[in-house]
Amino acid sequence: MTLQPTQSPAAMKEPATLPPSQSPSATRRTRGRARGIDPIPWWLKLVVALVAVYLILPTVFVIPMSFGSTRSFAFPPKNLSLDLYRNFFTDPDWLTSLRNSVVVGLLAALIATIVGTAAAVGLHHLQGKPARILRALLMIPLVTPAIVVAVAVYISFLKWHLVGTVQGYVLAHAAIGVPFVLVAVTSALSGFDSTLLRASASLGASPLRTFSRVTMPLIGKGILSGAVFAFVTSFDEVVIALFLRDPTFQTMPVQMYNSVTYEIDPTMAAASSLVVVVVTVVCLVLQYLGSRTKTR
Amino acid sequence: MTTWMKRQHLNPLWLLMVPAVGLLAAILLFPLAQSFVRSLGEPTWTLRHYQNLFTDGVTLRVLGRTASISAVVTVVTLLCGYPYAYVMTRVGPGMRGLLLVLVLIPFWTSVMARNFAWILILQRDGPVDSFFGLFGHSVVFYGTGTGVTISMSQVMLPFMVLPLYSALSGIDRRLLLAARGLGSHPVKAFWKVYWPLSRGGVVAGVILVFTLALGFYVTPALLGSPQQSLVAQLLATRTTQLLDFAGAGALGMIVLAVTLALVALAYRVGGNVSAIGVVPTTSAEEEE
Repeated sequence: MTLQPTQSPAAMKEPATLPPSQSPSATRRTRGRARGIDPIPWWLKLVVALVAVYLILPTVFVIPMSFGSTRSFAFPPKNLSLDLYRNFFTDPDWLTSLRNSVVVGLLAALIATIVGTAAAVGLHHLQGKPARILRALLMIPLVTPAIVVAVAVYISFLKWHLVGTVQGYVLAHAAIGVPFVLVAVTSALSGFDSTLLRASASLGASPLRTFSRVTMPLIGKGILSGAVFAFVTSFDEVVIALFLRDPTFQTMPVQMYNSVTYEIDPTMAAASSLVVVVVTVVCLVLQYLGSRTKTR
Repeated sequence: MTTWMKRQHLNPLWLLMVPAVGLLAAILLFPLAQSFVRSLGEPTWTLRHYQNLFTDGVTLRVLGRTASISAVVTVVTLLCGYPYAYVMTRVGPGMRGLLLVLVLIPFWTSVMARNFAWILILQRDGPVDSFFGLFGHSVVFYGTGTGVTISMSQVMLPFMVLPLYSALSGIDRRLLLAARGLGSHPVKAFWKVYWPLSRGGVVAGVILVFTLALGFYVTPALLGSPQQSLVAQLLATRTTQLLDFAGAGALGMIVLAVTLALVALAYRVGGNVSAIGVVPTTSAEEEE
């Protein structure tokens, strides 16, 4: 036990014997003193406020722009309209790319979730050097620069005739999604009492039944958040997608990239806002679910 | 008991790893290995492609430019992130939660939406230009290294703030009070007591941000100018336009080697730095 000069020895030894009226005032006094002696200076608050604005600036900037007109990018937009959204939902190019992104994202997330969850369950019970090496190996896609992966994958996929195909996109995005599933499921498993497995087995359940009735309900939220991460990663992935693109098949980030580089298409503002809002809502829901499991 | 259990469970559990390892090996590791072999071969074993990188006059200049932009981004994120992480350790739980959500927003924001927004903000007649126009200046960061730096620093801030917050929240603030009580000036107390204790988080954040910045492709391609390209753009051009697969492979291997070495270093220094940024906050809060 470390020495705590702010508390009196009596309070340290037997806090329960203090009269109830005295203890809250004592804590208030120490807290007030700790705050009062050096409050956060105003200039520091200002710096943090400016950094906070910097952090959210692009995110909040695109939303008003999306209600602007189809002609110019003036900020703030002069006359508000839903023209850009109408453009987005009537233009076959945008709609096709959106559908492609959803299909690729769902399939990639499905594959990544299945193989990632299996690997996390396996790694959870394995120890020693081989397990550590495997874990590091599975995390490599997280730290490898996307451009290096994209170039290598592009050259190999050219030979395998996977460039510009759904399969190519799905396989590449599934591979980069695996680490996210692995991290989410591993953290769910770390709070998992493995004696439950033995209890279930001793009561006569088969390993498969144990998994579906005991393991799944307890780590389900971890798997779900891993799956959502994998989907969002694929849905937003642009570097590999730019290399795998083909006139006949491209995903929404590629369409967004084209609309910024070749023809400056104002519909981009509506597309950006839609993606930002949808992804933010999904992440907030996920955060909310995560905090609920933690407090319980 | 434990050895008996291990032997019982070993085989089926290793099988669970097969799909994930197989997928990554086939889709990522095999192409990377192939590209490594290609950089050394065609038609016979040679180091020619690596030598070319140092003698072609372009690659070294681009690598230097990339390193210097990454360094500037690292300094900007440190200057913005340190006060932010410090204040996060000082405020109440509600405010801390809000600051945490704000710092995670760049993670959630779509890459293309974010870069598009920066183009609009920094372009000619955009809000920044109009603001400086009030004073009779024209300031257009779009198409410049400054524009690239502004956009990259914003998205790299979480990677600086989270390890910093993890380190700063482990520091006992009573040490500062003690230094002040012994007559130290606040600035000196910070510099002599607080800063050295936070150095682990600083080093981890600095290495992480610098490393990740080296590989940026979309931001410099959209916000920078083609004459000022960075290493990722060079890699893309060599692959898709010059079809110099061996040369691109050699350059890619150098970028990959530098990245992995720096990440290993950051991991060793900073410990539990998660690229997703969920891990540090929970472990830090438990220490309080």
